[in-house]
Amino acid sequence: MIGQLTKAERQYALLILLGLALCGLIFGIAGKDDPLGIHGALIGVAALAGIFKVISVYYDPEPGDERLNHYYDDPTRFGIILAMIWVVFGLFIGDWVAWLLVKPDFTFDAGWASFGRLRPVHTTSVLFGFGGNALIATSYYVLQRTSRARLPDQLSPWFVLLGYNLFCVLAVTGYMMGITQSKEYAEPEWYADIWLLVVWVVYFAIYLRTLARRKEPHIYVANWYYMAFILVIAILHIVNNLAVPVSFGSAKSYSLFSGVQDAMTEWWYGHNAVAFFLTAGFLGMMYYFVPVRARRPIYSYRMSIISFWGITFFYMWAGSHHLHYTALPQWVQTLGMTFSLMLLIPSWASAANALLTLNGAWDKVRDDATLRFMMVAAVFYGITTFEGSFLAIRPVNSLSHYTDWTVGHVHAGALGWVAMITFGSIYAIVPWLWKRDRMYSPRLVEVHFWLALAGAVVYVFHVEFRHHPGADVADLQ
Amino acid sequence: MFGLHYRLERKAIGLTLGIILVASIGGLVEIAPLFTIHQTVEDAPDMRVYTPLELAGRNIYIREGCYACHSQMIRTLRDEVERYGPYSLAVESKYDHPMLWGSKRTGPDLARIGSKYSDEWHVAHLNNPRDVLSVSVMPAYSWLLKTTLRTDDLGAHLKAQRAVGVPYTDDMIANASKDAYGQAAPESPYADGVTQRYGKATNVRAFDGRPGELTEMDALVAYLQVLGHLTDAAHKSVAKAAR
Repeated sequence: MIGQLTKAERQYALLILLGLALCGLIFGIAGKDDPLGIHGALIGVAALAGIFKVISVYYDPEPGDERLNHYYDDPTRFGIILAMIWVVFGLFIGDWVAWLLVKPDFTFDAGWASFGRLRPVHTTSVLFGFGGNALIATSYYVLQRTSRARLPDQLSPWFVLLGYNLFCVLAVTGYMMGITQSKEYAEPEWYADIWLLVVWVVYFAIYLRTLARRKEPHIYVANWYYMAFILVIAILHIVNNLAVPVSFGSAKSYSLFSGVQDAMTEWWYGHNAVAFFLTAGFLGMMYYFVPVRARRPIYSYRMSIISFWGITFFYMWAGSHHLHYTALPQWVQTLGMTFSLMLLIPSWASAANALLTLNGAWDKVRDDATLRFMMVAAVFYGITTFEGSFLAIRPVNSLSHYTDWTVGHVHAGALGWVAMITFGSIYAIVPWLWKRDRMYSPRLVEVHFWLALAGAVVYVFHVEFRHHPGADVADLQ
Repeated sequence: MFGLHYRLERKAIGLTLGIILVASIGGLVEIAPLFTIHQTVEDAPDMRVYTPLELAGRNIYIREGCYACHSQMIRTLRDEVERYGPYSLAVESKYDHPMLWGSKRTGPDLARIGSKYSDEWHVAHLNNPRDVLSVSVMPAYSWLLKTTLRTDDLGAHLKAQRAVGVPYTDDMIANASKDAYGQAAPESPYADGVTQRYGKATNVRAFDGRPGELTEMDALVAYLQVLGHLTDAAHKSVAKAAR
């Protein structure tokens, strides 16, 4: 895979890795009395492994110019494999923490294995490890096809993919060592956040540089969503992670905001991590893979415009519905509720656009489990966004908030929407990328579909309606 | 409108700027005013800062992810007020960087847990929750009792807190490590300094029952016991409403 890098790119790669190794060394020394030291060592080892890999192919023949006639898909292939590794790990941890709620003493009498530390390991592995890698991998693929242009170079896609995974590894290992900002879905500490920002800027630069060389006059709708995903996540990430570190040798930092302002900033971030990571990014996936797999054009261009700008505008107001009846001023709560209800329009427009695209191809939905994954994803997207708007209504929220209903709602989105659209897209893309006629076993895809659907339905119904909201263990005390 | 869009979607930079503009409005309208509208956070002249030991305990609470199962936000709902006490005011988390309002109650809300139970209860409960509540699903934190609290960097912690706006004085920063020790050792010469700097109402006790050693258990229990007691503002507003 690195054999595709030109001589100059191999030199840049070595330079970047040496810089990274130096950062690891500095953190390792400055943080020798702190968990940060372990992360310094981890960064150093990762950089050294990279240096070793680049040196081992350094004198290999350079790729010829004929490579420029093809799309560059090596990072996409690797990203899909990484996504599969993360999802296996993340789902295992999810199952494990569920068992901890039954057998709380399965912690080996140690901190790292307790529910509080493992819970963000599960959420980060699934949302950012699995979801993030799937988004990066598919975005490279979709960007090139819809622009009819090759990625701008061979190095920056690898930098983004591997740099992003380094961030995920720092996050997950950090939680187990007790490194966390405690902000949900933004738990990683300051140094990991800075690193992610660097990676993210390069990611958007890949987008702009590829689009600048596109041979299609129009930017396809899938790319609007991928662009909104990258841009808005950057805004949210920067603002919500503003913090002052205790020292250069300490992993710990203190959030710049406090109390009510901090709460509002966190849920503005938190809800829009759902909106722009878990919705916009995957809508980008949907807008490419549904029409391609169904061999039907998108049902309505105008509906995609309305839903795109509706989602981009309305979602950013909705975060305050996480703070109903709290010390947040009521006018902000009311705005959050109102916009959450209005969100149903662009959300259902997207879901309807996907389902109506399938008109004329329902025989394929019946026969092809891959397309059925995508169809069910669109249905779950519609159901989950309806439930989301419903739960944002203040009196409804008084019952659901703080209970497992929220957990069930999130899993309806994650298992029903995110995972279904991702597996549908992956089952479509893998034979194309690896130049096979079809998946190894279409029968297994079929089995996977029914197991995934049954699992999502059983999980969501069980967790949401197991007992009436509010009747939790808390009431026994 | 669609004609305009037809032209916009041919321009990558135009699309980029459009997304940034449209996405920024919500946050600007909802978040920015929270810093400028005075009524957002009530005035409470008696509000005090966390002592170094309580802050260390708070950091353990964060490190262990306690917020994943416990909220610290009593909503303005009758059942919550009857169960947990007066609803939470914004001022009560004014010095909380970050806030720990939480989003899930697998266990109860802890905003007013302070002085509801004895130190001994907390130590026994953290050591093994099932010793005091047989159906509890909380993890056991028995190793907190065996872990010595790190105090040498507490001055740096207070300094960082001051950088984000918590009014710690130079005196508090200089004596942070000693104050952490003194707060859990009432017989020691360092104990007086704690009440002198943080007020007479400060809990100065051997929280884990062993005044000689300063453990992470001391810090966490000291933190739990001060929750809801940094200011009386919430109780006052209830009393005022009753009148």
